[in-house]
Amino acid sequence: MQDYVQNLADNTLILGQRLAEWCGLGPFLEEDLALTNTCLDIIGQAKMLLEFAAELKEGNETADDLAFMRDQHEFKNVILVEQPNGDYSQTMLRQYFMDVYHVHLYQALSTSTNQKLAGIAAKSLKEVVYHLERSELWIKRMALGTDESFQRVQASLDKLWHYHHELFEETESLTELVKQGIAADPNVLKQLWLKDVNALLASTPLEIPQKGWKATGGRKGHHSEYLGLMLCEMQFLQRAYPNSEW
Amino acid sequence: MYSQGLRDSKAGEDSQELLDAFQVRIDNEEKIEPRDWMPQAYRKTLIRQISQHAHSEIVGQLPEANWVTRAPTLKRKLILLAKIQDEAGHGLYLYSAAETLGESFQKMYQDLLTGKAKYSSIFNYPTLNWADAGAVGWLVDGAAIMNQVALCRTSYGPYSRAMVRVCKEESFHQRQGYDIMIKMAQGTPKQKAMAQDALNRTWWPSLMMFGPSDKDSTHSDQSMKWKIKRFSNDDLRQKFIDATVPQAEYLGLTIPDKNLKYNDKTGHYDFSEIIWDELFDVIKGNGPCNQQRMDARNKAHNDGAWVREAAAAYAEKQNNRKEVA
Repeated sequence: MQDYVQNLADNTLILGQRLAEWCGLGPFLEEDLALTNTCLDIIGQAKMLLEFAAELKEGNETADDLAFMRDQHEFKNVILVEQPNGDYSQTMLRQYFMDVYHVHLYQALSTSTNQKLAGIAAKSLKEVVYHLERSELWIKRMALGTDESFQRVQASLDKLWHYHHELFEETESLTELVKQGIAADPNVLKQLWLKDVNALLASTPLEIPQKGWKATGGRKGHHSEYLGLMLCEMQFLQRAYPNSEW
Repeated sequence: MYSQGLRDSKAGEDSQELLDAFQVRIDNEEKIEPRDWMPQAYRKTLIRQISQHAHSEIVGQLPEANWVTRAPTLKRKLILLAKIQDEAGHGLYLYSAAETLGESFQKMYQDLLTGKAKYSSIFNYPTLNWADAGAVGWLVDGAAIMNQVALCRTSYGPYSRAMVRVCKEESFHQRQGYDIMIKMAQGTPKQKAMAQDALNRTWWPSLMMFGPSDKDSTHSDQSMKWKIKRFSNDDLRQKFIDATVPQAEYLGLTIPDKNLKYNDKTGHYDFSEIIWDELFDVIKGNGPCNQQRMDARNKAHNDGAWVREAAAAYAEKQNNRKEVA
């Protein structure tokens, strides 16, 4: 159970940290505001989930300890969310993949037999529905906008498509949680995700790449090289000045 | 939409009759609204002042965003993000307020990017340690509030109303900044040293935020007469110092001014002469971060060009489709 919540928490924390890198640097002012707002929602979700993950650990660790004092191999997020922002198409496509996933995930978890998880999911669902509306529109704008925007978003799709598989990996412990009505069924999520994403892509000239590596490992703590560097920055103060109040 | 107001003020010299009538309205504390007649110089001054204010909000995102990815706790990260988002929001509605005077957002923003327009000199200083995130809220937003509370009563309606909203959010910013300072000043010796270092570097540039001394301020007299400004630069600066010194004492930090002393006779703090050359130099573009800030704004704008073009092209295609249907 702890492992499951930790995965959900880390997905949001690392995605939120990546979005924070855009703060103040968006392509125009309104978009800068909207993206920072999305970032705020997602880090807010991370805070709730990390607090729950810390509670499930039954030790003395706090949500901040989990965020700022774990090394990269202890992070359980999927590799997709730690991928660099790249250009705006790469950021928005990563966001779109995660938004579709989060909408279906939180929808399923809002009826979880675990009350706490159901509560967090119901609250977060309201936010991610709005995020999805935005990121979906951006993919359409880019795919159907100009030649340059199409080429950029196609290049991002070629790069990021291979990372979605990891969102739906099955494990024995997850299967058990699904049976107990606690966790969302990854197979069901995958069908819902593919249906939505295929429908959007079909309404554009974008083409799904046929070959490539299927990302895996993040949930076991086997990450890309990007995560360690990101943590160096995120955890700097807590590491350099341990045992301080902030 | 604002053509009437514009036509009135652009049609040659402002007549004395109109100027007098305008002054009567100002003296009667009436708010001037976008469609009202106004002197050309009043409009020009406001466009300059409001757009500079908007630019300051936008450039001011950068020194704080420098610490967003390194904020030490989840709570601090969330607060800092929300604060920076507020600043961008302030920028948006200040640009809107300036647009009511007939200036386009594109023109104002272009002037910022080319370096033609100015913004507050304070944002050309670097934020070097985490306590700077606190000092910016405590001192920079604190100084801004002194200015902006006064501007809530400024004579131009849209600017005055924008300021009422801005002030509410700024007072939250100031409090969160001071809260960071409390934690740092009362923390470990290393944290306290960071807090003192941030105060040392931010104090004088904060005092410069009120602008040149009254005797050297080029825009002050007429602005006071038209009630665009309600208090002089020096009065607001003194008010800020008087309010801030006890706060620094509570933190146990030392303000970097050996001549700072409470004066029983005046009821105010005396302080050293500000090094005005530094202010004028930073305004001219020679501050530690002028180049860096402008490079960052230009890079964001240039990198975002294809995104804006895609959005415009998509919107146009959608419109065409609707027309065909």
